[in-house]
Amino acid sequence: MSEKELQKTESATAAEKIRNVKTFVPRVDIYETKESIFLIADMPGVDEKTVEVEMEKNILTITGWTEDSKLKDHSLLFSEYETGDYERSFTLSDEIDREKINATVKQGVLLLELPKAEKVKPKKIAIKAA
Amino acid sequence: MFTPSFWRMKKFSESVPEILRLQQEMNRLFSSAGQSASIDYPAINVWEKDGAAVVTAELPGMSIENIDISVTDNVLTISGTKKAQELKEGENYLRQERIPGSFQRNVQLPFRVDSKEVDAKYEKGVLVVTLPRLKEDLPKKIKINVN
Repeated sequence: MSEKELQKTESATAAEKIRNVKTFVPRVDIYETKESIFLIADMPGVDEKTVEVEMEKNILTITGWTEDSKLKDHSLLFSEYETGDYERSFTLSDEIDREKINATVKQGVLLLELPKAEKVKPKKIAIKAA
Repeated sequence: MFTPSFWRMKKFSESVPEILRLQQEMNRLFSSAGQSASIDYPAINVWEKDGAAVVTAELPGMSIENIDISVTDNVLTISGTKKAQELKEGENYLRQERIPGSFQRNVQLPFRVDSKEVDAKYEKGVLVVTLPRLKEDLPKKIKINVN
């Protein structure tokens, strides 16, 4: 594994924020099943209150922010990672049923289920005997 | 005409904490210069308060059973396995950036740890381990006898 793969990536494209924090690009896994497409994003430090999923036209944007990552009254002796916001956008194709997108957060991992629209689901065509 | 607008500046005494914080940050930054960045996983932050160390690590999506924490003398070991999503037949990855596998990380602390008092929390994918110093090792106040 290369060094880069283990470290958080800072986003270069994120819009300038008023908040003085860095924006990171969460790592994602995307996999496809017959019914839907699943998107899993690593966003340590966020929970259901501090994560947002937004759909605009065909752009799906996930954002998250971490609060009180600094420990109160503690002094930082050694630091290997920084915390901040998360942001990443994906372009969806028309095959996703936008109304049925389902999102859950568990232990800093966002799981998005993007169900495929009925029309693109694989169908078996019954063959009748003539 | 171009005199600095002093009335806009904060009082010096008000900016002292900010200056001190900045200095600390700078010291931290330069103390690691020259060393190659760590490739150890997970990345950790170490905090200090009243002689106790607090180690935080970002470990998203783990279950508690898969994280092992042990302490011997002054070394903290964090190990575990990040499981890969098991896919059924006909399912395939379109993108895989999250790396599954096992990891182990040893952290040497500058003092012996009271292993009975170690406390670990795992919330929102962030592990927080509090490591108090062994009581026998805490600095003792020595009384000066007057003849």
